[in-house]
Amino acid sequence: MKYLSEYRDGGLARRIVSQIRNLATRRWVLMEVCGGQTHTIVKQGLDELLGDAVEMIHGPGCPVCVTPLEQIDKALLLAARPEVIFTSFGDMLRVPGSECDLLQVRARGGAVRIVYSPLDALELAIANPDKQVVFFAVGFETTAPANAMAVWQARELGVRNFTVLVSHVTVPPAMIALLQDPDNRVQGFLAAGHVCTGMGWTEYDPLAAGFKVPIVVTGFEPVDILEGIYLAVKQLEEGRFEVENQYVRAVTRLGTVPARTVVEQVFQLVDRKWRGIGEIPASGLGLREAFADFDAERRFNLGTMVVDEPAECQAGAVLRGQLKPRQCGAFGTRCTPEHPLGAPMVSSEGACAAYHNYGRYRAVEMAVTA
Amino acid sequence: MSATLRLADGISCPVSTVPVDRVQLGHGSGGKQSAAMLRDHFLPHLSNPVLDQLGDGAVVTVHGGEIAVSTDTFVVTPVEFPGGDIGSLAVHGTLNDIAMMGAVPRFITAGFVIEEGLDFGLLDRVIRSMAEAARAAGVPLITGDTKVVERGKADKLYINTTGIGTLDGVCRPAPDKAQAGDAVIVSGPIGSHGMAIMAVREGLAFDAEIVSDSAALFPLVERLARECGRDVHVLRDPTRGGVASSLNEIAAASGVGIVLTETEIPVPEPVGAACEMLGLDPLYVANEGVMLVILPERLADAALAALRSLPLGASAVQIGRVVPDHPGMVIMRTALGGSRVVDMLPGDQLPRIC
Repeated sequence: MKYLSEYRDGGLARRIVSQIRNLATRRWVLMEVCGGQTHTIVKQGLDELLGDAVEMIHGPGCPVCVTPLEQIDKALLLAARPEVIFTSFGDMLRVPGSECDLLQVRARGGAVRIVYSPLDALELAIANPDKQVVFFAVGFETTAPANAMAVWQARELGVRNFTVLVSHVTVPPAMIALLQDPDNRVQGFLAAGHVCTGMGWTEYDPLAAGFKVPIVVTGFEPVDILEGIYLAVKQLEEGRFEVENQYVRAVTRLGTVPARTVVEQVFQLVDRKWRGIGEIPASGLGLREAFADFDAERRFNLGTMVVDEPAECQAGAVLRGQLKPRQCGAFGTRCTPEHPLGAPMVSSEGACAAYHNYGRYRAVEMAVTA
Repeated sequence: MSATLRLADGISCPVSTVPVDRVQLGHGSGGKQSAAMLRDHFLPHLSNPVLDQLGDGAVVTVHGGEIAVSTDTFVVTPVEFPGGDIGSLAVHGTLNDIAMMGAVPRFITAGFVIEEGLDFGLLDRVIRSMAEAARAAGVPLITGDTKVVERGKADKLYINTTGIGTLDGVCRPAPDKAQAGDAVIVSGPIGSHGMAIMAVREGLAFDAEIVSDSAALFPLVERLARECGRDVHVLRDPTRGGVASSLNEIAAASGVGIVLTETEIPVPEPVGAACEMLGLDPLYVANEGVMLVILPERLADAALAALRSLPLGASAVQIGRVVPDHPGMVIMRTALGGSRVVDMLPGDQLPRIC
């Protein structure tokens, strides 16, 4: 597959790994921000290949995992309303709320539909004028442009029965929060390539310089990630702390200007609670006043919901990179994809799911020589 | 709230005690949820030695002769898709289950649930296609039933088919017969049926249209049996849940491990592209004209030659081996030289966010 198979080339990957091993004079600790990258690392066994040269800590970049419980509970409430068609990316359906998940709401008669694009949800609203169509606008800067565009279009087209339940988060404030944590061990970052496809990387310049951490904008295929690690290790070995771009085939310094523009027009920075981590100032996106009509929380008067989060789930420590999924006492026993305690076990980008689905039996000796 | 379970800085995440009190779509996915529903809600009442084997069909003895029986219900949306329709699918699916038991398909029956308002043109096309598939397989449809339900009480058309086959006693594959030292062969490229359906449903357009692989597998089995006969340990058509789920079931039933080689798994390019786009894994996507063959590795070449002698098996390939280690588990050796578990899915594959 063009532009895909090249980045999964085993020979090339192994060459980069040996370059990283030759370069590293000590063990460096890097964090890949995005859960998609975590899955590539665990699925392809990159951590295995890297051995002692680099420790990869898995970051908070799983939109499903960090969506706060009260937003999930609001989604469950809305989805159960008879006049509502609740639309969401597929990932969110299995995430446990306080009492159930969206799949169970659907089984009880709620109209819950998986969509691939928020614009599909908007079309659904146009096609069902007697229903209220709500779209669950979650995610990082990757999904924000399309979600902003759906709201923008809804206003342009005068669609009155379309709203969004917003729980957007942004990456740089989370990186700052991690770096300011006294327990932080992260010495360099692989920034999420697809976040930067839209937003560019200008926001990262002050971070790299201020906290003295290399930040390498990195893609998602095995060769991308290994190249990103190589560049970060090279900077660390040379004592440089810069933003570099590994993902040149998709990212430019300024990003995609129309995408940034629509995000800025529709959304504004708001304080946002991250599930398992807590509130991070100015870390989320909320609808601007001019688009308040499309805010599901206002339309349905959801108000402030305070949800107690009792837990044996240590998702927060996993999301901060302080705990590897395997080190959690519930991992694979009381917490499995069928019976998750927390979102990282069910999300396709969750670190716990990656370890559970692909990495559980890493110790198993391969009986195959071919 | 237990203080001991809280981290010092208050990091937490909810314990979910989601009791599953109703059937969800995932219970029909062929994954762990389906297995749990059978175990908890069907077998307690219906258990008997034949049913308890939980095969795709059953072998029973009637007046001294062995017959194979299999039943399957088809609820596909859309009813017509590139490469087939619910009619041909209902014939192929059930006859394939018979063929996977090493039996010769002899008869088929059909029951129809039809939604009020269904276009007769569509019904005619489906029945015609069903007839053609049965004729091509040389299997007469010997009895049937029709029911019409109110509009909205069904989605256009559901078909249940039951197949009956006879066994010659030579080739008797079963899911619990895989042995260490066996080869795992797949008879053709995987993922086409599921992605053909998905592409239509989601309105995805690709340079090359994805066409369902829906086909009758008996000719392949016949050719294989002629070459390898009683040495064929397992035959399986990896429909719902795909190759990954079928191999997990086989590994569990046989008490063996299976090791796959990622670079050998045949995924057609458009299928791979569609899966990438939707965040799905082709190993879990349904097939309707592909079978897995497990037999001693020394016979792999002969089996591959036999399969490749027919157009349907032209791209048959060995994708892995059966090993004594990690019983019940399927491991993939990745293209990069790493290894990973290929597990059963809990429920349906869900498309990811980004």
